[in-house]
Amino acid sequence: MAEHGVAQIWRKIKSMYNIIGNRCTTCNTYYFPPRPVCPKCRRKGHLEEYKFKGLGTVHTFAIVRQVPEDFKTQAPYVMAQVELDEGAKLTAQIVNCDIEDVCIGMRVRSCFRRITEFGHGGLIVYGYKFEPTMKVTGHK
Amino acid sequence: MKKRVAIVGVGMSKFGELWDKSLRDITLEAGMYAIFDSQVSGKDIDAICIGNMSAGRFTGQEHLGALAADMGGLGHIPAYSVEAACASGGAAVRQAYMAIRSGEHDLMLVLGCEKMSDVNQSEAMRTVGVAADWEWEGLFGATFPALYAFMARRHMYEYGTTETHLAQVAVKNHKNAEHNPWAQFQKAVPLEVVMNSGMLADPIRVLHSSPISDGAAGLIMCSEERAKQFTDTPVYIEASTQASDTLALHDRRDICTMDAAAFSSREALKRAGLTIDDIDVFEIHDSFTIGEIILTEDVGLTQKGQGGRILEEGLTEIGGKYPVNPSGGLKARGHPIGATGVAQIVELVLQLRGDAEGRQVDGAEQAMAVNIGGTGATSIVHILGR
Repeated sequence: MAEHGVAQIWRKIKSMYNIIGNRCTTCNTYYFPPRPVCPKCRRKGHLEEYKFKGLGTVHTFAIVRQVPEDFKTQAPYVMAQVELDEGAKLTAQIVNCDIEDVCIGMRVRSCFRRITEFGHGGLIVYGYKFEPTMKVTGHK
Repeated sequence: MKKRVAIVGVGMSKFGELWDKSLRDITLEAGMYAIFDSQVSGKDIDAICIGNMSAGRFTGQEHLGALAADMGGLGHIPAYSVEAACASGGAAVRQAYMAIRSGEHDLMLVLGCEKMSDVNQSEAMRTVGVAADWEWEGLFGATFPALYAFMARRHMYEYGTTETHLAQVAVKNHKNAEHNPWAQFQKAVPLEVVMNSGMLADPIRVLHSSPISDGAAGLIMCSEERAKQFTDTPVYIEASTQASDTLALHDRRDICTMDAAAFSSREALKRAGLTIDDIDVFEIHDSFTIGEIILTEDVGLTQKGQGGRILEEGLTEIGGKYPVNPSGGLKARGHPIGATGVAQIVELVLQLRGDAEGRQVDGAEQAMAVNIGGTGATSIVHILGR
């Protein structure tokens, strides 16, 4: 038997660390997280592994103030739905900016961060968060 | 010709934080009231169906079908437990509907229950959160209010919905709950209080959110022929439909629309041979006030984007063209997760019988319940008539 959460997170490491999903070559739709079946093509679909570029746009967001126990040290934080440039959407934190500066349409890129810890002395979970691109490029 | 299914008895426990009562106590209470209300006796009941989301996490007890049969002293009859997150109650009603229509069972006790206050707030939050996609939303820090905040923020951006609109749903539903003796909050709340309540996940405030609740609700359902033995005026289920959508909100076609609710409500109207204007009263899933706004659009009370504006016009108040949530809804009646879908039906049966007292919609003859699981991944719709 695995320690709390260890196997559950370990088997997702590839996707969580590198934003690896898949793409259906039949209909050219990108999926993240990777799907076992293309819902558009089903048995006619053909899924290939795909590493997302990690660039996208904030589709919507929330400033989370009532936070789960394992996120206490991060409160308040911004959660967003990021629409990746390839078309898939995912849910992630927006970091490296003032929480008041996040807006719909903001350009963001992925960064590798600590997501949470499963209690004191528990598993540390790493994966993707997103940050504004403009700090580096100087424009939106 | 398929059998028609009738509801001949309804019962509820009080909803609220009931520290002095266990899951068993409240479930038994709702079941007993439904049985007394119906005039059936225990030996008439040939099966039980119970809706519950997560008794295992909230109370440490699973296997609720057998538990209900045991506590009710109902012996060896089959007892089924069904789960569809916040739509578990609606799922139990629909399972019983299908069992009776098929002829497999003739008269069933339907229950919905949840005991949420036996755990602390963070454990309750975590458990509610697994109704969404835990692995790809919750794990990254998206709480349940945050996911509804995603919808609210986008709805505001696309359609000009305002924080006042979000608050108006709460004000309306609290006002209705003043007249509901089972409601958790039997009191009105002024708009300013809602608009200044604590922020959970901007723009969702604590008074835009349904509470943590304990409670149970019960129905006696049977075939039309059987119903005539017990009452001259049964309420009939004219349609029961269900639809699914992606578990994660980020995979939806449009997060301002609950497609599953649009499909299932349209199909229900078609099966009942009715149009939306034939429906006199609605119970619509307002776990968060933005949910009621979106769902009033999706079931067809107004066009997409106008859900906030119809609140300004009073269209969804008791006395309006489309009264929504005369019971107080999940917001004010309370939201013991697995009980909610059954409690919606209890309210509508009372409305159709003319027994809803201070919150009665005059002359209600057709009614619709919309019960949502998660952030819209399950939708279960029932149309009742008499």
